[in-house]
Amino acid sequence: MTDPARGPGSLPRRLAAVGLGGSLQRKLIWQFLAAAALAAVTLFLAIRVTADRAAEAAQDSVLAAATLALSEGLLAEDDELDLDLPPTVLSMLSAMGEDQVFYRVVLQGRTVTGYENLALPAAIPTGGEPVFYKTSLNGTPVRAASLTRTILFDGAQTDVQFALAQTRHGQAAIADAIARRAGFLGIGFFVLAVPMSLLAARAILGPIGQVADGVSRRGPQDLRPVAERVPPELAPFIAALNGFIRRLRLAHSRTETFIAEAAHHIRTPLSAIRAEAEVALHEAGDDNIRTRLRRVIRSAEECSRSASQLMDHALVMSRSDREVRGPVELGALLDGLIASMRPTADLRELSLRWRRPDEPVVVLGDRLLLETALRNILDNAIKYSNPDDAIDLLLEVSGREASVKVLDRGRGIAKADLASLAPRFQRGENVRDIVGSGLGLTMVTEVSDSHDGRFRLEPREGGGTCAHFSLPLA
Amino acid sequence: MRYLLVEDAVDLAESVKDLLRLGGHAVDWSASLAEARDCLGGASYDLILLDIALPDGDGRRFLSELRRQGNATPVIMMTARSAVSDRIDALDGGADDYLTKPFDPAELEARARAVLRRRGGAASSTRQLADLSFDPLTATLTVAGDPRELRNREMRLFEVLIGAPNCIFSKDQLCDRLFSFAESVTENAIEVYVARLRRKLEGSCVRIETVRGLGYRLTLP
Repeated sequence: MTDPARGPGSLPRRLAAVGLGGSLQRKLIWQFLAAAALAAVTLFLAIRVTADRAAEAAQDSVLAAATLALSEGLLAEDDELDLDLPPTVLSMLSAMGEDQVFYRVVLQGRTVTGYENLALPAAIPTGGEPVFYKTSLNGTPVRAASLTRTILFDGAQTDVQFALAQTRHGQAAIADAIARRAGFLGIGFFVLAVPMSLLAARAILGPIGQVADGVSRRGPQDLRPVAERVPPELAPFIAALNGFIRRLRLAHSRTETFIAEAAHHIRTPLSAIRAEAEVALHEAGDDNIRTRLRRVIRSAEECSRSASQLMDHALVMSRSDREVRGPVELGALLDGLIASMRPTADLRELSLRWRRPDEPVVVLGDRLLLETALRNILDNAIKYSNPDDAIDLLLEVSGREASVKVLDRGRGIAKADLASLAPRFQRGENVRDIVGSGLGLTMVTEVSDSHDGRFRLEPREGGGTCAHFSLPLA
Repeated sequence: MRYLLVEDAVDLAESVKDLLRLGGHAVDWSASLAEARDCLGGASYDLILLDIALPDGDGRRFLSELRRQGNATPVIMMTARSAVSDRIDALDGGADDYLTKPFDPAELEARARAVLRRRGGAASSTRQLADLSFDPLTATLTVAGDPRELRNREMRLFEVLIGAPNCIFSKDQLCDRLFSFAESVTENAIEVYVARLRRKLEGSCVRIETVRGLGYRLTLP
């Protein structure tokens, strides 16, 4: 039985039959990454602009102080002007780095000293406060400050305009250094965001995977509702799934009830057929009629066996997904089972030898299912043994496992048959002449699966079969 | 042995009755629990064959009622359902064994014997025949004070032969009684059991005679 839905397979394999839309996980990761990239770029730009502004503001305050100092170096004596460039001006400006400095002093529209082509601001500054502006000098961008000062010249109050400009290399260098750092910061942020978004996507989608895993790990008969704790967003999905499971279980149990009822209704008339034929066989003298009666009895037997096994099978199927588990003492169970099977074995002159440990062997399980499985194993051994054989039953404990071994000296099973005997209605090649339905081993396998146990048929040394049924101890 | 058969399916009851009579037993039949109560009031039985589903009640309840009243007659439950739960219910309710319909008459016989053996036997079932005595319950044959245990098929073979001494049984007839129809056996298989039974009969004047071409018969002096 290879059922792809049984193992906890990889996601793509499990969903192989489902039409796949875009992956939610991939979509989530892309969205997280896009948001992270946007945040990184924004961060970089914000730092860069702020750095520019800060550098400019620093240059402006130096320029303002220098312009003020420059303006204070202008002395007027009657009709003579004397510009004494204070050393503080130069030392202040050199703080900004290797920048060039230009100045211009304008009196009554005439450049008194300095660079004539250093532009003045559009609006003439007033009130002794410097005005800052950007311009260019000989093609080089500069930052400039301009200030108007009123002096007593030639006996009259006269406005003198001062302009001081500085190239912007230093400022640009500082802004670039900060921007580089901001760039690293942005890249670092993004690199960190990649694993974070993978983790976040996985955490968000985790519950879906857990539910899928839980459902796919179930045995084929496990029709309990899904009880995993899920986030509220998944609740409608789980509710729909559980509704479906409920309907499936109902259909399932109806079928089983029907099978059990049908088998029951078949057996009573079958018993009459068989008993009538037996009586007739006793009374009949004609060989032909006797042969026919034997065939009738054999067919009735075959039919009733199939009915029994269908009923057992219905029982196994209907109970294996229900939680009717409790402690079961295998020793006592086998004692009872052997007592009830002994007359059947006696009829074929088979001796049943039975060995169990002195202490109780307790497993957790459904007593009815375990007894049904063990009865089927023992029934098989009795059916396929040759008269006068012995059947050995061993109950053993090894580690955390209880194991029941049923050893017979029957015709055994071919190696090739071992795997093919588990499916329903499959029977071995060498037992065509013995009545059987082929449901017995299916049932045993289903019971062992539903109890986390194992069931194996192995060829026995010296001929025969060893049926090995093991269960975890309680 | 005296059986009480409690079974409501008339056809089935008739043929089971016939089968048991062919096996040399006396059988009373009740089709309901009420009739069964009447029968039990008037006679004692070695064994009750009790169906579970009866028109006027559940056989299991009837059984526990019987046990409460102190009636210890051995009971084998019969049912058309084979669910293990029924079997457990029946055995827990005081039944001695459980039989699923349809059953092999040989199996019924074997189970009845096993039950009676467990209960320490009913009325003495030992039969005397010339110089030997035979107890089918314990499957022992005593020849001149020497008890010999018979195996299942040897005993069933002996039972058939002893049922009609001097009567010839064909191999075919004997096969039908000894083997289940679900197994495939050849007529030669019967020779094995005849040979074994002859060894057990050594020293007695009772013998199994081969009637060439016809079969076997039990001869008494």
